Amino acid sequence: MAERERRQTPPFGGVFVSHARVMTTDDMGRAIRRMAHEVIERNHGVEELVVVGLQTGGVPVAERLAETLADIEGVRPPVGTLDVALHRDDIGLRPVVPEAVTDLTTDLDGRVVVLVDDVLFTGRTIRAALDALCDFGRPRSIQLAVMVDRGHRELPIRPDYVGKNLPTRRDEVVDVHAAGVDLGVMKK
Amino acid sequence: MSVATDRRTDDLRGRHLLGIDGMDRSDLEEILDLTDTFAEIGRRPIPKVPALRGRTVATVFFEGSTRTRMSFEAAARRLSADTVAFNAGTSSLSKGESIRDTVEVVASYGADLLVVRHSMAGTAHRVAGWTDLSVVNAGDGCHEHPTQALLDCYTLRERRGSLDGMRIAIVGDIRHSRVARSNVLAFTAMGAEVVLVAPATLLPPAIGGWPVTIAHELDPILADLDAVYLLRIQSERITEGLIPSLREYALDFCLTPARLARMRADALVLHPGPTNRGVEISAEAAADGRSVILDQVVNGVSVRMAVLFLLLGSGRQLGAVDAGGSVEGDR
Repeated sequence: MAERERRQTPPFGGVFVSHARVMTTDDMGRAIRRMAHEVIERNHGVEELVVVGLQTGGVPVAERLAETLADIEGVRPPVGTLDVALHRDDIGLRPVVPEAVTDLTTDLDGRVVVLVDDVLFTGRTIRAALDALCDFGRPRSIQLAVMVDRGHRELPIRPDYVGKNLPTRRDEVVDVHAAGVDLGVMKK
Repeated sequence: MSVATDRRTDDLRGRHLLGIDGMDRSDLEEILDLTDTFAEIGRRPIPKVPALRGRTVATVFFEGSTRTRMSFEAAARRLSADTVAFNAGTSSLSKGESIRDTVEVVASYGADLLVVRHSMAGTAHRVAGWTDLSVVNAGDGCHEHPTQALLDCYTLRERRGSLDGMRIAIVGDIRHSRVARSNVLAFTAMGAEVVLVAPATLLPPAIGGWPVTIAHELDPILADLDAVYLLRIQSERITEGLIPSLREYALDFCLTPARLARMRADALVLHPGPTNRGVEISAEAAADGRSVILDQVVNGVSVRMAVLFLLLGSGRQLGAVDAGGSVEGDR
C-alpha cells in the first residue's frame, strides 16, 4: 500500500510497524522474472499484451514486469495505469487521490490485459478493476498478476501469476515498497 | 465576518457549496485537483463511473437556465446518480406554492442533494438552513455562482498552469452579474489580478472593499491583459436606462476583430454564455484560437462532477466509518 494512500485512509491512519521483511529487493526481482516467463509462456510471446498497473501500489510492479518482459522478448508491451477509486463498492472509505491517474490510451479490444497489483487481499479492488476495464473496451482476456497473495478473499477471484503466497492474519498489513516486502501491523 | 466563518464550516468539507466567499486558495485547489480525475473520465470511451450509484441529485431552478442545468445533470449522470428536475415555469409555483414547500416536496422524492437557482440573492443559503440535504448554489440573484467560478479557474489553470500573476479583465455588466462576484473572489484567491471594466452605471454601487482595480475603458489596457472575461449584457435590464443603447455599448466594449488584433497572442478570451454576438463579443472573437468558451462548457461538467462527488461521495460515508469502526483493509 502506498504511503500517501495509507496516510489518508481512515481505518488505518496510523503508523506501519514492520514485524518481518518477507522479501528483499532481489527476491522481488527474481519473482518478477519468473512471473514474466510465465506470462510469455502462457501467451506465446508479448505481442498481444497490455500491462495495466493498479493505482497506486500496482504501478511500479507493472513497470518492472514490463521492463522484464522487454528484457526477455525484446519487445516492450504497452503499459497503462488504472485508478479504481470511483468503481469501488466501498467508495468513500478510501480517498480519491488526485495524483492517482488513469492512463489507458491503448485500445484494449482483442488484446490480452495483464492486470498488476502489489497485494491481493479481499479481491474487491480487482472486482472494481474488472468493471472499470470493461468501460475501456473488450479485451480478449484479462489475467491477474500480484506481487503478494495474502489470502482472505471475499469474492471468487484468483490470480494467474503470484510473486509470493503469504499466509497472514486479517489484522496484519502487507507493505510492498522499493526495498522489499514487509509484514506488520498498523499502530495508532 | 462571522457569517463567512460560520458558512465556512458548512462548506465543501461539510455539506454545501453556497459561494466562493469564505473559501481560501487551498479549498479551491483541492476541488481543481480533483477535477483532473473527473476530466479523465470524460475522455473515456464510456464516460461513466458508478461512484454515486443510488444517489439522487435534484435540480431546483426557480429561474431559467439551459447550460447550468444540463451541465449539472450531465455531471450527475456520469457519476451514475439519478436526477430529478424541478422547473419553476411548469410547476405548482405558478399556483402559489412557496419556495420552502417546493423544496420539501422535492426533498421527499428521495433527493440527496439540491442544486438551487433563484433570482433572489441568498436563496441557496435559506434552503440550506431548511433541509438536511446538501445544497449547491447554481446562482442566486446578483450574488454568487460558485461552480461557474470554479470552472473558469480550472479552464485558466489548464491553459496556463497557474493563475498566479495573471492580469484578468472582467468586462461588462458587473452590477447584475453573480458570475463577476464569484470570479473576483476566486481569481484573486488563486493569485490573479482583476480589473473590472464597465461604464460607471454597470458597476455595483458599493465596490470599495473589492480587491480589484476599476477601468471605464477597455482599449487602453487591452494589450496588457492575460485574459478577457466578457459578461453577457443582460438585455432585460437595459430598460433601466443604464446604457444608452446596445450599439453604443458595443462601440466601447465589444471584443471586435480590431480589438482582438491588439490583444496579446497568448491572451485568452472567456465568456460564461450565452453570448450576444455583436454586443459584448464578435463572432470572430468567439471563434478565435484564443477563445476558450467551449473549453469552459466541457470543463463545467468535470468541475461539477468533482463538487457532487465531494459532497455526496466522500464525506458522509467517511463519517459513518468513524462511527461504525470495522473497516478492513480491502485489497
